[in-house]
Amino acid sequence: MATPKVMGSEVEYGITVRGDPDFDPISGCVLLVNAYREDPTGEILWDYDQENPLADARGFQVDGEKYTPNQQENIARNKTLVNGARYYVDHAHPEYSCPEVTNARDLVIHEKAGERILEASRREANALLPEGSEMLIYKNNSDRKGNSYGCHENYLMDRRTPFKNIVESLLPFFATRQVYCGAGKVGAENRSTPVDFQVSQRADFFETEVALDTMVKRPIINTRDEPHADRDKYRRLHVIVGDSNLSEYTIYLRHGVTALVLSVIEDGGIHKRVSLRDPVRAIQEVSHDPSCRKELALDDGRQLTATQLQAEYLEMVLAYYGSRSLDPIGKDVLTRWQYVLECLARDPMELSSEIDWVMKKAVIESFMERKGLDWTSPQIEMLDLQYHDIRPSRGLYYLMEREGRAERIVSDDEIAAAVHSPPVDTRAYFRGSCIEKYGSAVFGVNWDSISFGVDGQPIKRILMAEPLKGTKHHVDELLGASPTAGDLVDKLQA
Amino acid sequence: MKIRNRIEKPSHSEEAPIFRGAESGQKQKPGKGGGGGEGGDAASSKTMTKKGEKLKEDMDALVDEIDDVLEENAEEFVKNYVQRGGE
Repeated sequence: MATPKVMGSEVEYGITVRGDPDFDPISGCVLLVNAYREDPTGEILWDYDQENPLADARGFQVDGEKYTPNQQENIARNKTLVNGARYYVDHAHPEYSCPEVTNARDLVIHEKAGERILEASRREANALLPEGSEMLIYKNNSDRKGNSYGCHENYLMDRRTPFKNIVESLLPFFATRQVYCGAGKVGAENRSTPVDFQVSQRADFFETEVALDTMVKRPIINTRDEPHADRDKYRRLHVIVGDSNLSEYTIYLRHGVTALVLSVIEDGGIHKRVSLRDPVRAIQEVSHDPSCRKELALDDGRQLTATQLQAEYLEMVLAYYGSRSLDPIGKDVLTRWQYVLECLARDPMELSSEIDWVMKKAVIESFMERKGLDWTSPQIEMLDLQYHDIRPSRGLYYLMEREGRAERIVSDDEIAAAVHSPPVDTRAYFRGSCIEKYGSAVFGVNWDSISFGVDGQPIKRILMAEPLKGTKHHVDELLGASPTAGDLVDKLQA
Repeated sequence: MKIRNRIEKPSHSEEAPIFRGAESGQKQKPGKGGGGGEGGDAASSKTMTKKGEKLKEDMDALVDEIDDVLEENAEEFVKNYVQRGGE
């Protein structure tokens, strides 16, 4: 039985200030993150002791400086929210890491709540900027000048599954899933072949198959081995190959399908070798072909389109679950995956209200036709960027959503609730509830720990090595019986 | 478990088996009310054209709206949109 696919996403947003050419992105990010007001506003440290981004899943430790900011800088750059998320400054970008969830539907809800949190802080930050300046935020992955920032996915996996199996089974899947996960991009960059429009924001930036890096020579499979959980039992697969999506349908498939494929890999159900001759080349070829007709060379001599290759995975997943039970969300994901692959095989443009890159392409083409513009005109580049604008009044995705041109997966009410409430079925519930209830008594946080500073006593760190413990079911009684953080710590030590 | 079982057995035909039987051109969305049976017969081509016209009209309305929200000075704006690499 596969390890339950506890999952999350980390979205880095683009940031700019209109009316201020000299704006400094790092201080802009600090302003933005600190402009977000929640009640209670505790000064909580991010606990870097627990971090080790230099451990490699292939079994070695890379030499390098570990980043540890001083306390003041730490508090200025890191916010842990009552919904269990981490909202912080990562290099020169604001980043929202959603709380751990157990399924793709909750993932959509919490990633979308992140967009609202960024927008709320953007509005607050703007009130502090000089008149004539406006901070703008984009949920995309590139400035189209060769600089990329990520949307990373995380999936809990069983440590016993050999990393080599994961790599072999995933490379072709990751090189091709963009046909239903891509966010679309006008033009090409990073020295790749010029093209009018491509499927993915990120494909131009992948230069190698497997590596630890995330910022240079980006790999299709990232080997960072930082489980944020019991290291003997679990691995956290850190996926950096994806785009930042706006469409709920696309986010749902991105996380939902990937989680299913990973479960089947863990259980040994990916039995057929589907091996691409050159995955790095393939990821760019697939992205550069919005017709989705390009055939890719396989090691066994076959030629398959990205859609056909995905269909091979779908078949294996269907075959695997043919004789096993699957939860309703898993079933729904499978049905939609199948539907989307059928559309892609006929005409990708059928997905103009489901899949980001198709939505973007359809609207840009209509605009171009009406205005007599071409792909190189600045207005078209602007439309591409504005698709990702997180202002509900100006963002092109939101405009399409309001016009009923975006298939929804969740409701506005669910998203609004997730801004203030953690998921109930992971340890994020304990984290968020402690921050909500004990506020400034929470001293420091990491994904797998929370520490309390109670009246001059030594700091007490509580470890949360099990992502599926600390749920509402587990801790509500304990929290209810602990009016203060001191009571809670006493009870946990008793 | 029950999934529309279009895929029988992986076979050796050049075309991936999933796409068999999908040539009707009728778009049948999953989800939404969850009932399977509203499939399309051949008589629907007229409705398809109507639907196409409707889509076109909607798209026109959307383009009008974009006019209202599109950033002014697009050229300068996209030129100035420079990010440092992240991750």
